Amino acid sequence: MAEDKNTLLVARDLKKYFDIGRGQVVKAVDGISFSIKEGETLGLVGESGCGKSTVGRTIVGLYDATDGEVIFDGMNVGELDKKEKKHFTRKAQMIFQDPYASLNPRMTITDIIGEGIDIHELYEGKERQKRIYDLLEVVGLSREHASRFPHEFSGGQRQRIGIARALAIEPRFIVCDEPISALDVSIQAQVVNLLEDLQDDLGLTYLFIAHDLSMVKHISDRIAVMYLGAMVELADSHDLYEQPLHPYTQALLSAVPIPDPDIEKSRQRIILEGDVPSPINPPPGCKFQGRCKYVQPICREVAPEFKEKGKNHFVACHVVK
Amino acid sequence: MSEVKTEQVEGLKLTEDMFQRIGKDEKDYDKIVRPSLTYWADAWRRLKENKLAIMSLIILIVVVVMAFIGPLMRPWAYDDQDFTAINKAPDSVHWFGTDDLGRDIFVRCWDGAKISLFVALISTIINVTIGVVYGGISGYVGGRTDLIMMRIIEIIYSIPVLLWVILLMVVLGQGLGTIILAISITGWGGMARIVRGQVLQLKQMEFVLAAQTLGADTSRIILKHLIPNAMGPIIINLTFQVPGAIFTEAMLSYIGLGIPEPTASWGTLAEKGTKMLLIHPYQLLYPALLISITMLAFNILGDGLRDSLDPRLRQ
Amino acid sequence: MEKLNKDKLLLEVKDLHVSFDTYAGEVKAVRGVNFHVNRGETLAIVGESGCGKSVTAQTIMQLIPMPPGKIKKGSIIFDGNDLAKYSDKKMESVRGKEISMVFQDPMTSLNPTMKVGKQIMEGLIKHQKMSKEEAKKRAVEMLKLVGLPTPEKRAEQYPHEFSGGMRQRAMIAIALACNPKLLIADEPTTALDVTIQAQIIELMKDLQIKLDTAIILITHDLGVVAKISDRIAVMYAGVIVESGTSNEIFYKPKHPYTWGLLKSVPRLDLERKERLLPIYGTPPDLFSPPAGCPFAARCDYAMKICKEKYPQKFGITDTHHVHCWLQHEMAPEVKHPLAEGGTN
Repeated sequence: MAEDKNTLLVARDLKKYFDIGRGQVVKAVDGISFSIKEGETLGLVGESGCGKSTVGRTIVGLYDATDGEVIFDGMNVGELDKKEKKHFTRKAQMIFQDPYASLNPRMTITDIIGEGIDIHELYEGKERQKRIYDLLEVVGLSREHASRFPHEFSGGQRQRIGIARALAIEPRFIVCDEPISALDVSIQAQVVNLLEDLQDDLGLTYLFIAHDLSMVKHISDRIAVMYLGAMVELADSHDLYEQPLHPYTQALLSAVPIPDPDIEKSRQRIILEGDVPSPINPPPGCKFQGRCKYVQPICREVAPEFKEKGKNHFVACHVVK
Repeated sequence: MSEVKTEQVEGLKLTEDMFQRIGKDEKDYDKIVRPSLTYWADAWRRLKENKLAIMSLIILIVVVVMAFIGPLMRPWAYDDQDFTAINKAPDSVHWFGTDDLGRDIFVRCWDGAKISLFVALISTIINVTIGVVYGGISGYVGGRTDLIMMRIIEIIYSIPVLLWVILLMVVLGQGLGTIILAISITGWGGMARIVRGQVLQLKQMEFVLAAQTLGADTSRIILKHLIPNAMGPIIINLTFQVPGAIFTEAMLSYIGLGIPEPTASWGTLAEKGTKMLLIHPYQLLYPALLISITMLAFNILGDGLRDSLDPRLRQ
Repeated sequence: MEKLNKDKLLLEVKDLHVSFDTYAGEVKAVRGVNFHVNRGETLAIVGESGCGKSVTAQTIMQLIPMPPGKIKKGSIIFDGNDLAKYSDKKMESVRGKEISMVFQDPMTSLNPTMKVGKQIMEGLIKHQKMSKEEAKKRAVEMLKLVGLPTPEKRAEQYPHEFSGGMRQRAMIAIALACNPKLLIADEPTTALDVTIQAQIIELMKDLQIKLDTAIILITHDLGVVAKISDRIAVMYAGVIVESGTSNEIFYKPKHPYTWGLLKSVPRLDLERKERLLPIYGTPPDLFSPPAGCPFAARCDYAMKICKEKYPQKFGITDTHHVHCWLQHEMAPEVKHPLAEGGTN
C-alpha cells in the first residue's frame, strides 16, 4: 500500500489475540493492514464479531497489539512510554457505540466533557467552563444542559455529548466505533451530519466503524470490509458499491434493505447460508470458504493474499481475477 | 372524508393567520422538561417511600443518641454499685432495674450500646477501607494478581471466627482491641469480593474505556469512575456489616471471650442476664431487646437501601 | 373512511390510552391510538424509540406491568372480544395460542436453562393439549420450518449453543408453534446483523404465506418494512400521525415526520448527495406532551396553529389518513421534498 506524506495512520499486519484460558485463543484480528490519509474517512464494516471494534480499540491504544504495528504520525503506538502515550491520547480519540454505557452516570455533563481538559490540564476555572459551554454549542446542545446527568438525555443527545468529550482535547483523529448503530434512524442523520461538519471545520480524520452499509457509504471516502478477523476488501467507497469483488461484500450489499417497496419486491438477495464461524478455531485457508458459493479447493487450504485487483481496489480472494 | 370539511374545530375558530409558517423551534426541540434528579436524590426519594426503612432509620438514630445521653439521664455511672438495691425490678428509680451487684441496668444498657456500636463502627470502617482497596485492586488489575488475591481471601475465610478470636486472645489478651481485630480480620473479605465483582463489571463499560482513551491514569479511573459507581452495593453491604459486627461482639461476650467486667456491652449484659433468667427475667429482657431491635432495624434499612440504590430497579 | 370488512377484521384497537406513573408524574405513553389488522396481512408500526409503539404492542398482550402502567381508556377488540377487559388468567389462554410475540433481543427472550425443543413443546402441551410425543414431533417440524438445518439435533440443544440469528429463528418457531392468528414482532431484526436481518425478514414473509398469520411488525427503520408490509402506521409521541398502504406511505407520504423518516437515511441505490436531511431535535417527553401537534417543534413546515391544536384526521384516500394541518385548505401549499428528485 502506498504511503505518501499525507498518511496519518498505518496499520501493518496487525494482530490481536485474546487468551480465554484452557489454551484457547480468540483470533479477533488476524493480520490486517491499511492506512488512513490525513482528513479522510475510512469506513470499516463487517458483522458483529468480525473484529472491527478490536481494530479500533487497538489503534487508540486501549489494547496492546499481539503482533504487527500501528504507526500514527510517525510514532509507533505500541512502543510509547508513559509521557508519549499521554501525548498520543490528545491526538487520537474515540467515540463509542452505546450511548447509555459510554457516559459515567455519576458525573454531570460538565465533568464528563471536562475530563479530558482536566487530565491534560488545558484550561482551568472560568476558561474551562467557557470551553465546555462552547463544546456543547458545537454539538447542538445548550449550556442549560451542562449541570444535568446522563440519564436525563435521549440516545442521540448522549451521543452528541460523547462527541463533545472527544473534541475537548482537540484531537486530529477520531475512531468512531459504531456511533450510530444504537440510535433511531431519524437521529442517526443528526450525528452523521455533525461528524461531517466537524471534519470540514477542524480537518479531522475518521475511522468510521459500522455495520450499516448505507451510512458508511455516505460518510466514507474509502471502505474496508472485514470478515472473521481478516480484511477481505478495501476500495474507494464508490467503487466498492458499484463493483464489489469479494463474494462476501456482494452478499453484504445485497442484504441492505432499500426503503422502496417496488425495488425491494423485485430485488434478488444473495442469502448467505449458515453463520459466521467462531474466531476461536477459524477454518484454515480463506475464512469465508464455508459460506462461499464460488469456493475452490485452493480456498480450503491457502489463505488468499490481499492484492490490488483494480486501481486502489484491494481484495483477498482466490476466485477474483 | 376525502375533503377538508370545517372551519370550526372543537370550538376553535380557524383563521388565515393561524396557518402562517413558523418552522421548527430550535429552542424547544432539545428541551428537557423533567426536573433534574441526581442518583442520591433519586435513591433518597425511593427510600422515603419505604415506611419500614424510614422507621428503622429513626430507631437507629434514637439508639445512637441514647447511647450518648442515656447514661447521663440517671445519676449513676455504669460501675456504680448500690448495695441497698440489688436485683431490683424496674421501677421509677431504676427504670430497667438493677443487677446482682446493684448496678443500674438502664445506664449499663446505654453504656453497653456505646461500646457495641463503637466496636461495630470501628470494625466496619476497617472492613470497608481494606475491602474497597483490596477488591478494587484485585478487580482492576485482574489476571494472575486477581487470582492470588482471591485465594488469600479464601484461606482467611476457611479459618473459623472463633479460632481467630482464641488465637488473637492468646497473643493480645482479652479486650476491646482484640475483638475489633478479630471481627475485622474475618469481615473485610465479603466487602472485597463485592467491590471486586463491581469493578470487574464496570471496567468493561465504555465510559471507563473513554476515560482511558482520554489518558486518565489508574488512580483517576478508580476514584472517579469505578468507586462512585460501586457506591450503591458498598453502602448496602455496609449496612449488613454493622449488625454482623454487633452480633459477633455480643456472641463473643456471651460465651465469655468478650469485654471483661466491669465494662458493659450488650453481649456481657445478656450473658449476665441469662444467669438470672429464671429469677429476674428483666435482666436479660432489656439488653436482648436492644440487640434484636438494632439488628432488625439495620437489616430492614439495608433491604430498603438495596431497593433504592440498585440501578436495575431504577425507572 | 375505509369500511372495515367484518369477516377479514382480526384486531381493532380503538382510542387506546396507556399511561405510566413515575416519580415526576404521569407519563402518557400512548395517547389515543386507532388501528386495525386484517386476517393474514402485515401491518408495520414505525416510529422512533419512546413513541409508544412497543407499549402499544405489549398492551395488546397485556404484558405491561400494572402498576405503574395502566390502560386509561380504549378497547382492543380481538376476534370479537375486548382484550382490555380480560383478566390475567383469561389472557393466558390468548397468549401464545391466539397471539404470539417475538422480541427484539433473542439473547434474553429464550430460557437459557431449557432445551430449545422443550421450549417449543411447552406451549403445544399447554394450549393444544398434545401428548409429549406429538409435541416433540411438532417442535422438530417447527424448527425445520424456520430453516434450521438438522432440526432433530437442534431441538436437543440449549439456547447458548445457537447463534443470534438461529435464536431469533427459534423464537419464531416457538411463537408460531400453536398456529396463532396474530404474530406481534417487536423490532425482531434490530439486534441482528444485516445479512441475518435479511434472512429473518424473508423467513417471516415465507411463513406468513404458508401459515396465513397476520403480523404486526414494529420497527424504527422504514427500510426493513418495505418488502414485507401491506399497510404502515407511523407513530410519533404516542399517537399515529399517518397511516396508509405501503405504497401510499413510501411514494405519497403526507406527514412531515414521515418525510423526515424517509429522507434522513441515505439510500444505497442512489448517488451520494452532500448532506443528509435529519429530523432535528428530540421527541417530546410524554410526561408533559405539547398541546398542539407533538412534532411541531421539530417540523420545518410548522404553522402557528400546529402549536395550539392537535390536527384532526384528514383522509387522503380510503386507506390513507394523516393528522397534519398542512392538509387543511387554508394551509399553504407544500410540496413534499421527496417529490423533488427523490431522497437525498
